[in-house]
Formats: sequence, C-alpha cells, structure tokens
Amino acid sequence: MSKLVVLVEDEVNIAEAIRFLLSQEGWRVETLANGAGAADVIRKAAPDLVMLDVMLPGKSGFEILDELRSDPATGDLPVLMLTARGQSRDRAMAEKAGVSRFMTKPFSNAEMLDAVRDLIAS
Amino acid sequence: MRETLTGSRIRERRVMAGLKQAELAQQIGISASYLNLIEHNRRRIGGKLLLNIAQALQVEPQALTEGAEAALIAALREAAGDSGLAGPEAERADEFAGRFPGWAKVLASSQRRIAALEQTVEALSDRLAHDPQLATSMHELLSTAAAIRSTAAILAETDSLQPEWRDRFQANIHQDSRRLSDSAQALVTYFDNAAETREVTHSPQAEVEAFLAAHDYRFEPLEQARAPEEAIAQLVAGAEALKTKAAQHIATGVLQQIARDATALPLVQLEQAVGAQGHDPATLAQALNQPVGRVLRRLASLPDLGAGLVVCDRSGSVTFAKSIEGFTVPRFGACCPLWPLFAVLGQPGLVMKSRVAQMGRGQAQFDAIATCEVQAAPAYNIPPLSQSVMLLLPVPSGTTPAQPVGATCRICPISACRARREPSILRDGI
Repeated sequence: MSKLVVLVEDEVNIAEAIRFLLSQEGWRVETLANGAGAADVIRKAAPDLVMLDVMLPGKSGFEILDELRSDPATGDLPVLMLTARGQSRDRAMAEKAGVSRFMTKPFSNAEMLDAVRDLIAS
Repeated sequence: MRETLTGSRIRERRVMAGLKQAELAQQIGISASYLNLIEHNRRRIGGKLLLNIAQALQVEPQALTEGAEAALIAALREAAGDSGLAGPEAERADEFAGRFPGWAKVLASSQRRIAALEQTVEALSDRLAHDPQLATSMHELLSTAAAIRSTAAILAETDSLQPEWRDRFQANIHQDSRRLSDSAQALVTYFDNAAETREVTHSPQAEVEAFLAAHDYRFEPLEQARAPEEAIAQLVAGAEALKTKAAQHIATGVLQQIARDATALPLVQLEQAVGAQGHDPATLAQALNQPVGRVLRRLASLPDLGAGLVVCDRSGSVTFAKSIEGFTVPRFGACCPLWPLFAVLGQPGLVMKSRVAQMGRGQAQFDAIATCEVQAAPAYNIPPLSQSVMLLLPVPSGTTPAQPVGATCRICPISACRARREPSILRDGI
C-alpha cells in the first residue's frame, strides 16, 4: 500500500504543487489548511510523514509539533517543517521542539523530494 | 553670562591644580578677597589679570573664557570614556578644547554623530527583529515566491503533463505572480518610508528644537487661529528644519499644545499680567486662574525672560526641551533623576520650586519650577497619562546655595550621589 503524508499548509498553491509532486512519487497526500485540529487529524490518519508549515491560522507549526512529540503514538513520526522566515531563531525553535528536518521557502522541488526520501529511508 | 562662567572656571581650575585661594592670589599679586569675588562671578575679569591667572594655572586663557564650552567638554569627555581613554590625559579635555578648539569641535561632532548612528543602528536592528509589518511582508513575499517556484518547476520539468493539471498550474502561477508583484511593491513602499529615518545628522528632537528656535518659540499664527489644525499643518509642511517624519510628528504635537495654551491663555494677556505682578509662576497661575503647567509653558515663550523649559512624559523620557546656557539636557541617554522635573512625577498638583545648579562647568544657577499634570482620561478604569513640566529661570549666581544636580551620570562630577546610576567618567568631584 502506498505511503501517506499529511501536509499542513495554508498556502493553497504551495499545497497543490506539493500534492502533485508527491502523488507523482506514489504518495497519498492529505492536506489541511488550518492548524487548530491538525494534531487530531494526524493522530487518526497515522501517516508515514508529516509536512508542517510554521505560520498557520489557528495554531502554529511549533505548537502542533509539540503536541505530536508529547504523544507516544506520534512521538517518533518524521516531521518536515517549512518556514518562510529562514531565521536562525525559527530553526533553533524547531530543533528544540524535535523536528526531523527543516526547510526554508522558497525551495526547489528536487530539494523537497530529496528531503522526503531521506526521512523515509532513515 | 560669559563673565559668570569665567569666575567659576577659574575656581574649578584652581581647585584642580591643588592651589589655595590665597596662594593663587599672591602669585598674581591681588588680594585673596578680590580673587574670591572673581571666583564667585562678582567681578568682571579680563585683560592682563586674566592672562596672569591663566599663566599661573598653566592653562590657555581661552580655557577660562569662551573656548571651553560646557557642551563641548562634555562631548569630549564622553568620547574619551567611550574609547576607554583613562589616566591623566583623560582629565585634560578642557585643555585640549582650549588649545585646539577646531579639532575639539571635530571630535565632539564625531562623537555626537556616533551616538546618533548608534541610536539608528539600534532602531534598525530592532525593526528587523520586532517590526510585525516587515515580518508579515517578508513572509508574504517568500510564500508567494515558494508557490511560484514549485509550480513553475512542475510546468517546466514534468513530461507529458495532463492538460487539466497544466491549465490549473498556469492559473496558479498567474494568480501568484500578481500577489508577488503586490507584496514586492508593498515592501518597497515600506523601505522607501523607512529610508528617511536613515538621515541621522540630527535626531528628530534636534530638528524640532531647531525649528522651534528659528521661530523664537513664538507662533503668531497660533495665537489667534480659529482653525489651529490648519495653521499647524501649514507650519509643519513649510518648515525646512523638519526633515524626518518623526520630527514632523513631534513638532505637530508641540504646536497642538501651543495652540491649546494660546486659546486658553493668549500671550497678550500673560504679558499684561507679568507687567502687573512679575513673573512668579504660582502667582500668575492664581491671578489668571490657569493651571501652573500652562503658565510655565507660556512663560517659556516670552523672549525677555530667557527661560528654559523641559517636559517629560510618564516614563520620564524628555519629550520637549528648550535649551538654556548652563543647563544641559542630554540628547541621548537618561537625565539626572535629581531634577525637580522628576521629583513631581506622579504627584499631580504639586508645584516645586528650588534653586538648582548643574555641577561641572560654569555652575550657573536657576530657579526651577516644576509641576506634573494629568492628561484627560481616555475611558473608565485606564490609568491616565501624565507629563511633567519644568521651567528654568536664570538667576544671578552665588547668593543662595543651590541644590547640585547633574546632566547625566556619565559626565557628572558629584562623587557621593544617592541617585548615581553608573560611574562617572570624570575622576573625582570638583
């Protein structure tokens, strides 16, 4: 059965592009545009990978990551974080919150796909 | 004024040289009591006697008269302190200013420029870290760029892209490219507006002071204006001295206050009252049935009085200063907390009057009259804003003992001060 990724991203056009790219690679993609209920959705879906934007309406990517890491069921889930502010502070916060990998926008499609492959392989 | 300061400078230099009054008097061939009168600024001094005193004290005569001005020396001492110059050489700022007045001015203006630049740097780094508008703009720009980049790459790199996907992505790119140009535009506008704060030759406060001084702190159009807002807008727009937005904003606030004061207490009325009863602010406030704060502000714009005025807000930040020779209001950094201006903060209604002298050079004396006024409450249950006003009236020095105050701790010579925040860069008290 093909792998599942939950993508939490409020920029619809970015979400659409990522969905297309990952589908090409054989992924099933579930997208969410709001942070508020994201942790619950992720828990239910039990995906192989989560892609999280940092700045989301409802709840920030950091808060969602925190919830995932404090739950044993999702504690080890690979999480790839996306941020538009490539500031060292964001990166440091993400690492502290236990992110698996961090990417700054704009990124190339190849970079993003490489990161996804790496996360699944490890 | 100049003579006033000369005597004090002689005294200061003599004490620094470790000479007794009698010793110096003997050296230059005058009586100790006459020297005493000179040192207390009770006798004019010049010519041969001044040269003799300068020689005996081993300083340039200029250092005793006009060459060594308080602000210049203060700036030199600050420069020395900032670059860690210590020891006997650091003590010789006034000698340097006396011997090389031109170079001293160059150094002092560099020092002031550095301070202004540092303030700007701080403001700019602050802006990058905390400005929500900038953060939002950057986020918008980068997000849109990310969407376009991914979508464009899909269109360029995917062989045999299905027509419905292709149409979809083309529409997305079209939409995002418009967003990108909008957010780029917004960012440029933001930086265009921000660019003017980079002109740092003067701080906005300095621009406002220059503007007010050019008008002698009197604005006839506001004295009988029926529509003051219009007159204010005209004055601000037509002022060359007000280069930055910040200065225009501050000046507008100052002029609005002047207009309110002018409506309630026209200068003509004040001048009549001063003619009849003298210029004691409390007496005038009673006679005119006006708040003391207003009387203080209005008195400051009477040219004959030659008074200084300082206004601060609830946080103690100086929001307005009309300079007066002999009383330094630091442009950067915090003021001396001993000023009566701060003593009345939080005690609305109290009017304090005290004789003060700023330590250091000159030691001109002033009658400081200060009061704190509460600004109108904006709504229920909100702590009101307040401001303190202090009028400085020059008085002949020497007669009454004055309370010693400073300008700012870094350049203040009072060694054992209960209000000291940081050590002085001067070695010891004068």
